[in-house]
Amino acid sequence: MTSIPKGPMLKFLTEDAGGKRLLIALAVLTVAVPFFNLAVPESSAFHVSTYTVALLGKYLCYGLLALAVDLIWGYCGILSLGHGAFFALGGYAMGMYLMRQIGDRGVYGNPLLPDFMVFLNWTELPWYWYGFDSFLFAMVMVALVPGLLAFLFGYLAFRSRVTGVYLSIITQALTYALMLAFFQNDMGFGGNNGLTDFKDILGFSLQEDSTKVALFAASGVVLILSYILCRYIVASKYGRILVAVRDAESRTRFMGYRVEHYKLFVFMLSAVLAGIAGALYVPQVGIINPGEFAPLYSIEIIIWVAVGGRGFLYGAVIGALVVNYAKTYFTAAFPEIWLFMLGGLFVLTTLFLPRGIVGLASDIKEKMLAKKVQKQADVKDEPVDTLPKASTEV
Amino acid sequence: MRWLLLLLTKGFLCVWLAALPMLSQAEDADSNEGDSAAEEVFNFDEAVKGLDTKSYKVKGKKIQGIALSGHEKALDVLMPLSEGNLFAVKETGVIVEGIKEDSLYTVTDILSGEKIGQLKKKALRKIRINNKLRRQLRGLMAMLELTHPDDAVRLAAADNIIKSPTESMLPFLAQAIEKEEVSAIKDSMIIAQGIIWTTSDVTETRFKGVEAIGAHPHQAVKGALLRVLQKDEEGNYLEPNAYIIEAAEKGLLEYERQENVYKLIENLFFGLSAGSVLLLAAVGLAITFGVMGVINMAHGEMIMLGAYTTFVVQQLMPNSIEYSLFVAIPAAFIVSGLFGIAIERGVIRYLYGRPLETLLATFGISLILQQLVRSIFSPLNRAVITPEWMSGSWHVNGMLSLTYNRIYIVIFSVMVFVGLILLLKRTHFGLQMRAVTLNRPMASSMGIRTGWVDALTFGLGSGIAGIAGVAISQLTNVGPNLGQSYIIDSFMVVVFGGVGNLFGTLFGAMSLGIINKFAEPWTGAVLAKILILVAIILFIQRRPRGMFALKGRFVEA
Amino acid sequence: MNIVTQHIEPTEKDILYVSGVSVSFDGFKALNSLSLIVKEGEMRAIIGPNGAGKTTMMDVITGKVKPDTGDVLFKGSIDLTHHDEADIANLGIGRKFQKPTVIESLTVFENLELALAGPKGVFNSLFHRLSGLQRDTIHKTLETIALTEKVNELAGALSHGQKQWLEIGMLMIQEPDLLLVDEPAAGMTDHETEVTAELLKSITGQHSVVVVEHDMDFIKALESPVTVLHEGSVLAEGSLDAVQNNEKVIEVYLGR
Repeated sequence: MTSIPKGPMLKFLTEDAGGKRLLIALAVLTVAVPFFNLAVPESSAFHVSTYTVALLGKYLCYGLLALAVDLIWGYCGILSLGHGAFFALGGYAMGMYLMRQIGDRGVYGNPLLPDFMVFLNWTELPWYWYGFDSFLFAMVMVALVPGLLAFLFGYLAFRSRVTGVYLSIITQALTYALMLAFFQNDMGFGGNNGLTDFKDILGFSLQEDSTKVALFAASGVVLILSYILCRYIVASKYGRILVAVRDAESRTRFMGYRVEHYKLFVFMLSAVLAGIAGALYVPQVGIINPGEFAPLYSIEIIIWVAVGGRGFLYGAVIGALVVNYAKTYFTAAFPEIWLFMLGGLFVLTTLFLPRGIVGLASDIKEKMLAKKVQKQADVKDEPVDTLPKASTEV
Repeated sequence: MRWLLLLLTKGFLCVWLAALPMLSQAEDADSNEGDSAAEEVFNFDEAVKGLDTKSYKVKGKKIQGIALSGHEKALDVLMPLSEGNLFAVKETGVIVEGIKEDSLYTVTDILSGEKIGQLKKKALRKIRINNKLRRQLRGLMAMLELTHPDDAVRLAAADNIIKSPTESMLPFLAQAIEKEEVSAIKDSMIIAQGIIWTTSDVTETRFKGVEAIGAHPHQAVKGALLRVLQKDEEGNYLEPNAYIIEAAEKGLLEYERQENVYKLIENLFFGLSAGSVLLLAAVGLAITFGVMGVINMAHGEMIMLGAYTTFVVQQLMPNSIEYSLFVAIPAAFIVSGLFGIAIERGVIRYLYGRPLETLLATFGISLILQQLVRSIFSPLNRAVITPEWMSGSWHVNGMLSLTYNRIYIVIFSVMVFVGLILLLKRTHFGLQMRAVTLNRPMASSMGIRTGWVDALTFGLGSGIAGIAGVAISQLTNVGPNLGQSYIIDSFMVVVFGGVGNLFGTLFGAMSLGIINKFAEPWTGAVLAKILILVAIILFIQRRPRGMFALKGRFVEA
Repeated sequence: MNIVTQHIEPTEKDILYVSGVSVSFDGFKALNSLSLIVKEGEMRAIIGPNGAGKTTMMDVITGKVKPDTGDVLFKGSIDLTHHDEADIANLGIGRKFQKPTVIESLTVFENLELALAGPKGVFNSLFHRLSGLQRDTIHKTLETIALTEKVNELAGALSHGQKQWLEIGMLMIQEPDLLLVDEPAAGMTDHETEVTAELLKSITGQHSVVVVEHDMDFIKALESPVTVLHEGSVLAEGSLDAVQNNEKVIEVYLGR
C-alpha cells in the first residue's frame, strides 16, 4: 500500500513495482508479437503463428476482464459472480455491429436482416438493432449497455445495502436470468447459436492475418491503458476509500462517506471495462453466444483473480494469463482432468494461497527483508518487530 | 373381498339370464331355439368347443350361452373371437387364441390358459363370424365389460362408450347403472347414457340427455353439449327445441365454471409439487446456509449424488425395482451426508467467518464432484426407473387427474420437512446444533464439541440434499449437471424465505413453485423463470434478509 | 435528579435532544421511551448494565437504526431520524465503535487522511491532493494520540490500545460538534486509561462528548455528569456520587 502520496504526477505508476514490470512486458508483447507474425517469414523458428496471435489476444481480453473484477473484489470487497454478463453484453454489442457488416453476404443474402432473423421469418429489423451498422454507435453501446445495467443493478443493491454473499448470489442470479433470456430465439440475438459468421470489421476482413494482429495489438493497448487507469484509481484517495469500505464499511460511513456512491462508481467502471474486454474478444474468437452468460464462466474469472493475487492489479492480469494458458494446455492434452484441476485450484487457493501467486511472492520477499533487518538488529542487539502483513479478511 | 365381489357379480349375472333373452329377441329372431338350449344343463367348456362349427346360427347360440354363463373366462373367449383371433387346432379340436407372429401363430389354449406353442396357419382352423354375430358380440361384450368385477375394466368400458356412443348400448348401460356401486364409474356410465340420449330423434330423450350430462366433469360432456348447440351457416341452432338449447347452454356454462375450478386446483397442485421439489432441494441449504452461515455451492452436487445413488441402487437390485426407492433414500442420505462431512472437515472448517472464500472453495468442490461422476458414469444422462406404484395417475374425475409421482413427492417433502423440524426441536442433537448456532463460545464452554456438531450439521444438510436427489431422479434425467440446475433456485428459495428460518424456506419454496406455475401460461416457462429471478433480485433490495428474517443486534454478528 | 420528560422543548443550546425514543427488535424493546439532553460543550458519561440499550441509543443517534417512535434532534432543529449515517457524520457527529474499528490495511496516516474533515464526494476523492495545512493537521493529531512513530505502519498492526487511540484521533480530526465514544477504555492499561480520560476531557468544551463506559474508575476520572440507562430508558441522572447512592441504581446493579 502506498503511503503519503506526493511528488511527480506519475508516482502512482512508479511506486507500483510489479505493475511496472507487467506494463513493460505487455508493451513488449504488443509490439513484438505483431512483428514476429508479420515481418518474420513462416519458415523461421521465430515466426509467431496467427493461431498463437489470436490465442494471446484472447488471453489479453481475459486479463482485462480479470482487472475489472479485481478492481471491485480486491479493493472494494464486492464479489461479483455475474461479471461474465457485462463481458457478454459488450461482446453482443460488438457482435451486432459485426453482424450488420455482413450485409447481403449471408446465406440468405438479405441486405438488412441477419441470417437468423430471415430464418425466423422476421420481416424487419427490431428497433434495438438500429444504429449498430455504425462502428461508433456500437462502441458507445459496448460501454453504455454494461454500464447502465451495472448502474441499475448497483443502484438498487448498494442503496439497500445488500452485501457479501447475498450480493454474490444475486449477481449470479442476474447472469443466469440473462443467459435464459438470450437463449430465447424471440429475444432477437440469435438464440442458442448467438452471433457468428462475421466477415469484416471497419472494412478489414477478419480472416486476414493483419486484421488479427491489429486486434491483438488493440487488446494489448487497451489493457495497458486500462491498467494505468485502474492503478490511478486505486492509488488515489478514492482507492483508499474503497479499501476502507472493504475493511470496515460502517466505519467508512461514519466518517461521512456515502458508501453506496463509492461502490456504484467502481462497479460501473468495472462493468464498462468488462464490456470492453468482451467487445475485443468477440472479433478475435469469431462468435458470441448465450453460453458466455453461464454462471460457471463468471466464477472462473474469480479464480483467475484469486490465483493471481486478489488486491494486486497486476496479480489479476497474471492470474488470468496463467490460468487460461493452463486451461488451453490441459483441455487439449488431458480433457478429463481439467475440471479436477480447476476445482482443485479453487480449493487450494482459498485454503493455502489467500493472496495468490503475487501475494506469496511478496510475502516471501518481506520475510527475507525481515530476516535481514533482524540480522542487522541482532548486531545492534536490539529486538525489532517483524513487518506486519495486510489483512486479507473479506 | 375379491371373491365376494365376484360372487355378487355372478349372482346378478344370473338374474340377467331371464332378462337378456328378451333383449336379444328384438335383435335376433333365431334365438327362440336358445331358450330350449338354456334349459339343458349348460356346460361352458362344451359351449366353447361348440363354437367350432360352420353354422353361424349354432355359433350365435353358443356365443349367447357363453356370454350369459357368468363364467369368468367368458370375456376371454369372446374378445379374441370378435377380433378374429380364435382358432381350433385341426388335429385336436382344442379352441385356442392365436396371435400372429411373422408367419407363425403363438397359440394359447383358451380354456386352460396353457401355452401350446407356435403353429403354422395350416394347422389351425379360424372360427369365423359374420356381421350379425359381430354386432351380437359387441353388445354382449359391452355388457360383460360393464358388469366385469374389475373396476378398471368397467370404467374403461364406460369410457369407450363415451368415446363412440352407440344407441344399441343403451339397454346394457341402463342395467349397468342400476347395479353399479362405485360412484365414479356410475357417473361415467350416466354420462355415456346421456350422451347417447342427446343424439336421439325423440325430443324428450334429447332433453333428458342434456339434463343427465348436465355439468358432469368429463371432457366428453363439453363436446356433447357443443354438438347440441351447433348452428347452421345462418347462425340458427340445429336443435329445434328452445328448452334443450337453454339447458345445454346452462350446462355448458356450469361445465366451464367447473373446468376453471379444476384448472385452478390442477395448477395449485402442480405449483405445490414444484414447490415440494424446491423445498426438498432447498431445505438442506437452509440448514447449511441459514443455520450455519456456510455458503455451500456444492449443495447441488449433493443432490446429484443422491440421484446417482438411486441409479446405483437400482443397478444392484434390478429384480426389485419396486422397493429400490426405500433402499435408495437411506443410501442417498448416507452417501451425500458422508460427502458433506468430508467437505466440512476437509475444507470448510478452515474457512469459517470467511463466507466468500467458502463460496469459492465449495464451488471448486462442485466442479470436482461433477467431473467425478462424469468420469465414473459417463457424461450421458442415466435412466432411473420409476417404480410401478409411482407411475400412472389418480383420476379424481374426468377433468382432474394427478400423477402419482407428484403426489408422492408432495407427501414425501412434507414428511422430510416435519422430520427435520422434529429433529431440530425435539432431539438432543438439535438442541446442541441450535446452541452452537446461537453462541458458539458459550456452547463450547458448556462441553459441546462444536466441531463435531458442525460436521454433523453439515452432514445433515447434505444428506437431505441427497434425499432430494432420490425424489428428483423420479422427475428428470440424472446427469452430471443435475445439481447446477437446482443450486440457483435453491438459493433463491432460502434467500426469499429468509435466512435462518426453516418455515421461511417452506413458504419460499411453495410460493415460488406456485407463482411459477401460474405465471407459465401467460409468459411461457423460461420467461416465467426469468421474471421470478428478476422479481427476487428486486425483492432482496427491499428486504435484504428475506421474508421472515430474524431482526436485531445478533443478526449482523 | 433532573430526568428529562417529553414536555421540555429543545433549544439551540441542546446539541442533542432525544425524546421518547423507542426501538424494538422482534418484540424485544431495546429502547423504551428514552429521553436525554446533552448541552453544547458538555461531557456526559452513560453507564448501564448489559442490554440497557447503550449501543442501540448510539445506533439511533448516528442513523444506523431508525426508531419506531420519538424525536432525535441535533442542534435544536435538525431531525436526525431523516438522515443516514454519512449525512449525520457530515452534519458533525462522530462515533467511535465499541470494538475499535480502524481500516486495518491502510497506514495510520491514511486512516487519519480519510477521516479528515472536508468534502467527501466521489469525484473529489478521485482528484484529491493533500494540502500542507491538512498534512499539518494530521501530524498534530498524530502527536495528540502519540502515534507519530507509527505513522507509516498499517493500522492492523497496532496494539489494541493504539487502535483505540487511532480511532479517537480519527474522530477528532473529523472535527465533529458531538462525539459519541463507545467504551474507549476497554482493553487499556491503567495508565492508558488515565491518558484517554485526559484526552477526552481536553476536547470537551470545544466539542460535546458522550461517553459510554463500564469502567467506574474511568468515569470518575472524567468528572462529568452521569446518566444511568436501564431496560431502554433513563433510570437516574446526576453526578457520579449522587448516582452511586441512588437506591434504584443500587438495586439494578446489585440485584434485588
